[in-house]
Amino acid sequence: MTSVSVDDAVGPAQLHEVVVTVNSVARSARVPARRLLSDLLRHDLRLTGTHVGCEHGVCGACTVLLDGEPVRSCLTFAVMADGARITTVEGLGAPDGGLGPVQRAFRECHGLQCGFCTPGFLLLATELLARRPDPSDDEIADALGGNLCRCTGYVNIVRSVRRAAEILAEPPSGDGA
Amino acid sequence: MTTRWFGERVERREDQRLLTGGGRFLDDAGHEALAVAFVRSPHAHARLTGIDVAAALDVDGLVAIYTWDDLPGRLADPLPLLIPHPDLTHPRTQYALARGEVNHVGEAIAMIVAVDRYVAEDAAERIVVDYEPLPAVVGIDAARSGPHLVHPDVPGNVAAVTTQELGDARAAIAAAPRVLELDLAIERSLSSPLEGRGVHARWDADDRRLRIRTSTQTSTGVRAAVANILDLPDVAVDVVTPDVGGGFGTKVVHPYPEEVLVPWAARLLGREVKWVEDRYEHFVSATHERGQEHHVRVGFGDDGTILALEVEFWHDTGAYTPYGIVLPIITATQLPGPYRHRHYRVTFTSLYTNTVTCTPYRGAGRPQGCFVMERTIDRIAEHLGLDRAEVRARNLIGPDEFPYDFQMTFQDGRPLIYDSGDYPALLARLEELVGWDGVAAERAAAAAEGRHLGVGLACYVEGTGVGPYEGGHVHVETNGRVMVATGLTSQGQGHETVFAQIVADELGVDVADVFVTTGDTRRFPYAVGTYASRAAVMSGNAVALAARAVRAKAIRVAADALEAAPDDLDIEAGLVHVRGTPSRGIPLSQVAVLSNPLRYSFSKEAEAATQFSSPADPDVAPVPDDEEPGLEARDYYSPVRSTFAAGMHAAVVEVDTDTGSIDVLRYAVVHDCGPLINPMIVEGQIQGGVAQGLAGALLERVVYDEMGNPSNANFMDFLMPYLSEVPEPAIAHLETPSPLNPLGIKGAGEAGVIPVSACLAAAIEDAVGVRIDRMPISPPELWAALARRRPTPEVLA
Repeated sequence: MTSVSVDDAVGPAQLHEVVVTVNSVARSARVPARRLLSDLLRHDLRLTGTHVGCEHGVCGACTVLLDGEPVRSCLTFAVMADGARITTVEGLGAPDGGLGPVQRAFRECHGLQCGFCTPGFLLLATELLARRPDPSDDEIADALGGNLCRCTGYVNIVRSVRRAAEILAEPPSGDGA
Repeated sequence: MTTRWFGERVERREDQRLLTGGGRFLDDAGHEALAVAFVRSPHAHARLTGIDVAAALDVDGLVAIYTWDDLPGRLADPLPLLIPHPDLTHPRTQYALARGEVNHVGEAIAMIVAVDRYVAEDAAERIVVDYEPLPAVVGIDAARSGPHLVHPDVPGNVAAVTTQELGDARAAIAAAPRVLELDLAIERSLSSPLEGRGVHARWDADDRRLRIRTSTQTSTGVRAAVANILDLPDVAVDVVTPDVGGGFGTKVVHPYPEEVLVPWAARLLGREVKWVEDRYEHFVSATHERGQEHHVRVGFGDDGTILALEVEFWHDTGAYTPYGIVLPIITATQLPGPYRHRHYRVTFTSLYTNTVTCTPYRGAGRPQGCFVMERTIDRIAEHLGLDRAEVRARNLIGPDEFPYDFQMTFQDGRPLIYDSGDYPALLARLEELVGWDGVAAERAAAAAEGRHLGVGLACYVEGTGVGPYEGGHVHVETNGRVMVATGLTSQGQGHETVFAQIVADELGVDVADVFVTTGDTRRFPYAVGTYASRAAVMSGNAVALAARAVRAKAIRVAADALEAAPDDLDIEAGLVHVRGTPSRGIPLSQVAVLSNPLRYSFSKEAEAATQFSSPADPDVAPVPDDEEPGLEARDYYSPVRSTFAAGMHAAVVEVDTDTGSIDVLRYAVVHDCGPLINPMIVEGQIQGGVAQGLAGALLERVVYDEMGNPSNANFMDFLMPYLSEVPEPAIAHLETPSPLNPLGIKGAGEAGVIPVSACLAAAIEDAVGVRIDRMPISPPELWAALARRRPTPEVLA
C-alpha cells in the first residue's frame, strides 16, 4: 500500500519574464519559476543544440557559457539567468557563417560520433582556449574532464582541442580553409 | 585520374549539422507536442490492487491518463516476441502498460498526457497505485535455486535451456591428460547512450497517416509492429529515425511500450504527442545486459593444446524475453574465439529475474564468452608454467584452415563457419605493439621499486554482418546530386559518410555529391536494423550493388546518346565518357535527364528528353520493356551467413596494492575487419569501444539490492568513465578480406568492447597474483581480494 500526500489542485503557474542575451541576440520569454534554463533555451527559444543527457548535472551535455563561465543548464533555473549573457553551440560559428575554429577542429579530428554530447564539449573547449590559448594535456583534462561522452573514448576529443589551439594560433587567412 | 574514396579518411558528412546545433535529435522537434510521463513501479514484484487517478484529474493542463484497462484491441495484448526459438519454451513479454502485476522496478503502469512534461509529472505524482508486494527474484542464484518465481507459470524461472556440441566433449575431457575447472562471472550493465529513448508521433487526420519519430536502431521494425498493433495499413505508418544520440544495442528492442502507446495516444487525441525518456527511466526501463555465470571444464595436453571444452552457463534475462535467447546463443557460439576446438559442448539456461529485461548491449554476449575462453587459456598457461601468448599461439586456427566449420548454429540461425582471417599474424602484431617480450623486464624493474605491473592479453572472433538482408536505393537526380537511401538506422557510426564513399567509387562521382538517408521508411521501406556490427557489411554492400546497377544504366543511356559502344564508356568525376577521350562525354546529370523521357520540360537541360527534341527509333518505346524511367536502382544484399572479424588486445596495468587502484599504462589493439572503408571512423569505433569495455571492466555495473531496488540508477553512482579514466589505445590493422561479400568487408562496431574485461583481468592478475574470476572489479574489491590472497584451484586429473 503506497500513499502520497496530495496538495491542493495545481493551477496555472505564475510566469516570470526572463530576458537574456543569447549568442549576442536579446531574447525573452515568460516562464514558470521552476523552468530549467535548458528548457528555456531548447523549447522556448528553440535553440535545440544544447542537449540534455541526465538532468542531474553529471553528464554535461547541457553545458552553456553563462557570462563566459561553463554551467550545467539542466541545473540552472531559467529565472536565475535573467539579465545574463549566454553562449550556446549555435553561437560558435565563424563570422562568415562557416564552422568556427573549435568546430572545425572537431570535424578534422573526428572528435564526435553521435554528436549528442558534442555541444557541451565544444563550449568547454571554447572557454578553455579563451583563457589558455596553448593548454597542456593536464589543463585539457581538467577543463573537459567533467563531461561524459559515450561514443569516442575521448581520444579524438583531446586531439580536437589541441588542433583547435593550433587553428586559433594560425594567422588569419582569406580563404578560411 | 580516378579518385578512390574507399579507404580514405574522409571527414564526416554528418558533422556540419552536429557541430552547429543543427542536428535534429528526438526532442529537438515537436515543440508543440503534448508531453508524456509515466507512473512506474517502485516494486520489483507486486500485484496491482488498485489505481486511483482522482487526485491527478485536478491538475491544470492534464489531457489524459491511461492504464491497461483503457487499451483497445491488440494494444492490450503482450508486446511481440521478437525472436522466437524452439528452445525458448517459456517466452514472456510485457504488456504496454502493466496488467495486474509488475515484474521489475520501472515497469510502466499509467501513462499521463499533458501540456508539458512538468505538468505531466505533477499529475503522475498524484496517481495512487495500490501494490501487494510479492517476493522478488534478484540475481542468478536466486533465480536458479530460490523458491520464488517471477512468473507463476514458469517453473524454476527457466525461460530456455539449450545445448550445442561439437564432437564429444565429455568423453574427450575424461581422456585428457590434464583437466581444470573454473567458475567465471560477468555482472549486469547497460548501454547507457547519452541520449535516452524517445518517441514523437503525429496523426495526420487529413491523410489518415501516422508519422512516428523514434530514437531507435530499427525504424522498419517499429513500423511493422506499430502498424500491426494499432491495426493500420503498413503504408499509412511512416517511421522516421532522427539523429540518434547513441544506441549501443538497447535501442534495437522494439516496440518498447512507449513506441506503441505514444502513437496510439496521438491518433486518439488528434494531437502531436511526445515522450522523452529521462535518465532514471533509462536505468529502469531501457534494457540491460551482461549478467552471466559460467562453469568451465577444460581438458588439455601437456603442451597446452586444448583437447576439449565444456561450458555450462546461466544467463540473467530479466523480467521478460522479447529478444528470445539471442544473447546466450552469441556467448555460446562466440566463446570458442580464434582457437581450434575438436570437442566443445555448451549448455545454457536463461533465467527470469525481477529486474529490467536483458537484450543486446554492444558486444552482446561476446564479452562474457571472451572472458570465459581467455581466462581459461590463462589458467592453462599458469598451470603448465607456459607463456600465455605461446599457449594461445599453439591453439590458434591457422590461416590455411578457412573456412573453419564449428558444426554449430550461430545467432542468425545459419552455420557457424569462420570465413577468413589470419590469427597468428594478429598475435605477432599484438606482441610487437605492446612489447610483449619486454614486459617481463619492465615488470621486474618496477617490482624492484615496489610497484606492481602486469600484462594481459585477450583474443576474440566476432561474427558480424548478420542477415537476413539490407537494401539500398541510389538515384541520380537531374541536378547531378546522387541521393542514396538505406533502411537501417544510424547512431553516430558515420553511415552518411561511408555509404557515400562506397557509392562515389562505384558511380565515379565526387563524395560531396552523394547524399545518404538512413532509417526513414518513407525512403526505404525494407530493412532490418543496426546491430551486430552489420551496417557497413549489409548496407555498404547493398548500396554498392544498387550503385553498380545505376552505373550500368547510365552507361546504356549514355552509349545511345554518344553513339558509342557501352563497353567503351567509363564514368569519372561525374562524367560518362569514351574511355581515354574525356571530351566525348556527357555529365551524369544529363544522363539522368535522358533516362526519363518527358512530355513536359522543367529546365533548359530537360528539353533534351522531350518528345520532339531528337529523332528516335519509331519502333522502340520511349521506355523499353526491360527498362524503367529515371537513373535509379534498388538492390539488396543478403549473405548466406555471417562474416567473422577478429582482434586481440593487450594491456599493461599498474596496481596500487595499498588502495586497490588500477592504472592502465598501455593499451594495444590489433584488429582485422577486412578492408577499411574509412580508417578514421574505424579507429573512432575502436577507441570508443575500448573505453566502453574498460568501463565494463573497472567501473560500470547495475546494482540491485535483494528486494530488486536499483541502487545506482543515476550517473553519480553508475560510474561512466570521464576523459581522465580512459587510456589512448595503440591501434594496428590487418585487412583480411571476407570472401562472402562484394566489398570483402567485415563489421567493426562492437569489436573494441569485447575483450577488454578479459584483457584487464589478466593484467591485474599478472600484476598482483590474485585470481580474477569475475568482472567488473573495483578498487575496494581488488583491495579485499589482495587481503584474502586466495589459493589456486586443485588440478582434478
